[in-house]
Amino acid sequence: MNRKQFLKSMLGLTLGASTMIGATVKAADTIKVGVLHSLSGTMAISETALKNTALMAIEEINAKGGLLGKQLEPVVVDPASNWPLFAEKARQLITQDKVDVVFGCWTSVSRKSVLPVFEELNSLLFYPVQYEGEELSQNVFYTGAAPNQQAIPAVEYLMSDEGGAAKRWYLLGTDYVYPRTTNKILRAFLKNKGVKDSDIEEVYTPFGHSDYQTIVANIKKFSAGGKTAVVSTINGDSNVPFYKELGNAGLKATDVPVVAFSVGEEELRGIDTKPLVGHLAAWNYFMSVKNRGNRSFAKMYKTWAKRNGVPNLDTVVTNDPMEATYVGIHMWAQAVKQAGTTDVDKVRVAMAGQTFKAPSGFTLTMDETNHHLHKPVMIGEILPNGQFQVVWKTRKPIRAQPWSPYIKGNEGKQNL
Amino acid sequence: MLQGIKRAIGCALFAIGLGVSPAQALDADAVSGLASEDFATRMAAIDAIAASSDAAALELLQLLQNGEVYLTEDGQVILEFDEIVDAVTLEPLDPEPDFYDSVIVNNRMRSKLSTAIAALSLLSDDREVRYDSARALEDAEDPQLLPVLAKALSTESDPEIRALLVHTRAVLQLKSDDPDARLQAAEALGESNQRRVRELLAAMLQTDASGAFVEPVEEVREAAEKSVKSIDRRLLLIDHAARLFSGLSLGSILLLVALGLAITYGLLGVINLAHGEMLMIGAYATYVTQTIFRQHFPEAIDWYVVAAIPVAFVVAAAVGMVLERTVIRWLYGRPLETLLATWGISLFLIQLVRQIFGAQNVEVSNPSWMSGGVEFMNIVLPYNRIYIIGFSFFVLALMWLMLSRTRLGLFIRSVTQNRAMAACVGVPTSRVDLMAFGLGSGIAGLAGVALSQIGNVGPELGQSYIIDSFMVVVLGGVGQLAGTVYAALGLGVFSKFIEPHIGAVLTKILVLALIIAVIQKKPQGLFALKGRAAA
Repeated sequence: MNRKQFLKSMLGLTLGASTMIGATVKAADTIKVGVLHSLSGTMAISETALKNTALMAIEEINAKGGLLGKQLEPVVVDPASNWPLFAEKARQLITQDKVDVVFGCWTSVSRKSVLPVFEELNSLLFYPVQYEGEELSQNVFYTGAAPNQQAIPAVEYLMSDEGGAAKRWYLLGTDYVYPRTTNKILRAFLKNKGVKDSDIEEVYTPFGHSDYQTIVANIKKFSAGGKTAVVSTINGDSNVPFYKELGNAGLKATDVPVVAFSVGEEELRGIDTKPLVGHLAAWNYFMSVKNRGNRSFAKMYKTWAKRNGVPNLDTVVTNDPMEATYVGIHMWAQAVKQAGTTDVDKVRVAMAGQTFKAPSGFTLTMDETNHHLHKPVMIGEILPNGQFQVVWKTRKPIRAQPWSPYIKGNEGKQNL
Repeated sequence: MLQGIKRAIGCALFAIGLGVSPAQALDADAVSGLASEDFATRMAAIDAIAASSDAAALELLQLLQNGEVYLTEDGQVILEFDEIVDAVTLEPLDPEPDFYDSVIVNNRMRSKLSTAIAALSLLSDDREVRYDSARALEDAEDPQLLPVLAKALSTESDPEIRALLVHTRAVLQLKSDDPDARLQAAEALGESNQRRVRELLAAMLQTDASGAFVEPVEEVREAAEKSVKSIDRRLLLIDHAARLFSGLSLGSILLLVALGLAITYGLLGVINLAHGEMLMIGAYATYVTQTIFRQHFPEAIDWYVVAAIPVAFVVAAAVGMVLERTVIRWLYGRPLETLLATWGISLFLIQLVRQIFGAQNVEVSNPSWMSGGVEFMNIVLPYNRIYIIGFSFFVLALMWLMLSRTRLGLFIRSVTQNRAMAACVGVPTSRVDLMAFGLGSGIAGLAGVALSQIGNVGPELGQSYIIDSFMVVVLGGVGQLAGTVYAALGLGVFSKFIEPHIGAVLTKILVLALIIAVIQKKPQGLFALKGRAAA
């Protein structure tokens, strides 16, 4: 070995060693938390606010002294509304960045894409959005609603005298797993209630679809045959052209109410909501809910947005998936504290039965066995200012049924 | 207090207008029913308030419809003017309550309210108010409205309002016990163009479980059947008209996005994959114009779209000309390299916009004169779509004039047909290339203004239109404008006529498959130039 080579290898050794030391020092200082939300593409309209909420909650925990004497360190990645990229980014977060937990995903197709990664590497995902159910994983905690905590009560409400006694149903969605499965459950449920197949119409559009002329015209036509309600599972920025067309075509909520499962305060920002007054959304939280916890939650987010220069500051809102993200992070932190470690298997055990006083005004409980939250159901109507007025809600949080009883073969599958 | 006086005057005016007794205090029991948590009680309260049919009732119902009736914590119904007052006595509350919330009004209550308010204002002096009321009653199903309608018809002189009222009365009389009234109604409703009425008439022809007809009198059934047929004929026509309109609207959008490409690709032969990004730049130029207007000329905000048209054209044209000078001109005659280079430019521009404006969509709102729509034969034609159809033909006309009547147009056509010969007779071909590319990009910028009015504005906006634009230009035949126009409108109308049958997803597939088939058969496109020029 000549001198040059020797120097080179020595240099390499020292470099390697120093980075290793750097890494261990860093790892000892902080607990890394992955944030996996689309910050570009068709889903950015919904998911960007969830990234903000996650960062805000992490700051809040850090300000109170962190966890186990360490600070939390967020690692934010952008999977760009690209489903396979979600899996890649998840793997990168777990194996390269060595995060202890990931908060992320909105669409079910992205969750399905990362699920094998989390199961293979035995890591934890907190999923904050209402979804279609029909899934349970050791590695996922679902802090959004299952169908019996959102879709079914909403349809029951519209069937009731109070909700307008709808007889015909127009199921409209974006073409992927969540709307398809939800509509399958709803169809089974409606049939169970004696609605005929000819009174149900199921229509799908691609992601990012922007021409809703034909569909709105068809809804009008369909509604001539009897009191009709539209159940919309349109996701992402397609909602903007859909509601614009609805408003321009003069289809009022008193004639044909549209209940949406993926439209909240955030999606209505920047749409003129005056023609949309009375259309509905079903969630487990609304920004307009009045209680002290919610006031401070909304205020905390506004302050955070101001400090971090979020665009369109003066109109920032909070919504249901943001609340679910917030609840998820705090429950995880409680579980880590209780377990005394961030070890996935121990945290999982500690999660069961955790409770948290949520901004919705209810104390939410993580179910002992099925990884879902017990949540209250609220149905809101759009007001002229883009907020929702709660017109119906459950008195108590209800337990999730991830496996819908209306789909055959699901009996006895409720728990992990 | 001033408000209170105004209110008193308003009440008095209303009372005179309605020809009812002057405002009297409302029934306190009825009003307190609004505070109930029980939905049925709240509905009954609306009925009770409406039943007193005086001006105070009308005003309270209107406030309720606007969500301006409130509840204190101990269930007192209050109104908020300059002061907070009790809804019945209109006495100011002392002390003012710390906390109050709107009375919950849901869709069912809102539709009951709109019927009740309309019934109470049918006799107003103001024609607009009467017309709106008549419109609001169109879908009413409550036979108790018949006397109200009769009273209104006895004094109404406006033909348009009369027609609406007569129609509503006929619909309600279909359920009458008197066969003659039913017969008259069924006959009169043949003139209707509402699908709902058709269904009502058709329901009379059905048989119930025991095999008896819903409508017992045969004569009435015959009239109903005749009317159903006549409505069906009209509905079919209306249907086709509506589809034609949405087809034209889609076609005009395709035309706008493809026109620029028809120049850069069609005439210059540059396979320009960055064309979509020119659309996007135009849309962002609109957004920036809107922001500037909001900050500096808020009183003229409704006209920002008009100002955005030249801005978008200039910005997109400038970007296009810079690209031509720096990248594309070095690649003329090398289609594969051009394709790769323009693709790279497209990615570069998307990322650049993301850096400047952020990855999220930006909000571009419709000015008020582009919101809503005009109603025609029971179909609503949205203003924004009407304007875009007009705009696309305006752009088309400008471009045609430009190409056929100006010197630059002459040069562009000569360079397209025979570059070498044009150069020989002194046409500055390289400058013409630059100008033509700028023109194509500028027109794409104009299309961006239109797109910002109907869809989302985000960095990836162009990506969703690039395929469509190539589709239109290739189908129409490369190298001439008329083909592009036919192809755009044809594709638009064709898609809209098959979409109701097979759905949006399948339509897209079918259209693409069809285009492949056409290109197989006619590689030059549907309307290819004939003769040597096509070679």
